[in-house]
Amino acid sequence: MPATAPELFTALGDPTRRAIFERLSRAGELTVRALTEPSGVSQPAVSKHLGILKQAGLVHDRKDGRQTHYSARPQALKPLADWMTLYGAFWRDRLDRLEDLLKRMDQ
Amino acid sequence: MTETRTLVVERMMPQPPEKVWRALTQTALLEDWLMKNDFKPTVGASFTFRTQPMPHWNGVVDCEVLAVEPHRRLSYSWNAAGGLQTTVTWTLTEVEGGTRLRLEQSGFGPQDDNNYKGAAYGWQRNIDALEKVLAGLV
Repeated sequence: MPATAPELFTALGDPTRRAIFERLSRAGELTVRALTEPSGVSQPAVSKHLGILKQAGLVHDRKDGRQTHYSARPQALKPLADWMTLYGAFWRDRLDRLEDLLKRMDQ
Repeated sequence: MTETRTLVVERMMPQPPEKVWRALTQTALLEDWLMKNDFKPTVGASFTFRTQPMPHWNGVVDCEVLAVEPHRRLSYSWNAAGGLQTTVTWTLTEVEGGTRLRLEQSGFGPQDDNNYKGAAYGWQRNIDALEKVLAGLV
């Protein structure tokens, strides 16, 4: 089942996971080791992040002997490109600003 | 007739409808929380909302006023480049302690229809949008 927008926001809300996803989107396919080396994060931590990305459908894994190769699935971001999803977030943000303005009008 | 979807956001405001109405209809106040605009509270009047252009959007929303019922209901079309044709309707209901403000944006196409522009937008844009809207999520 494809991940919903809130699930995708949760998966990509973490900066380390977002960096991993961006690297995979640029690089094509990488192993956990290749992802770990420049990240400044331990290999088990990278594996855990990859698990969460995989659960959200954002990465695909391919086993090759003892190595696992990961690649990005940018098509999983489709729910975020939906106008209704974007406007839902847009209006919540703007209504916060409206609330703030109304408070200022009270003074 | 294509099936469309409607977005609804409701918020309780601790001010009376008259004050909320001003924030929805006075150009300078509207700009403060929404966007630059040349709104006129006259049915049939055309106006635009403008913000900074983005890579895949010129930052302009074309609107036409559809309904004006002071302190109760305001409706205008909300159309943007790329084929977005929707209607925004604000409903103000006086309740104890303030106003229940309801926003309805109707006319969104089905999620998987041919108008889907995801390929053109590219995933980087989605990440950019994500950064901007994360704070807005409840």
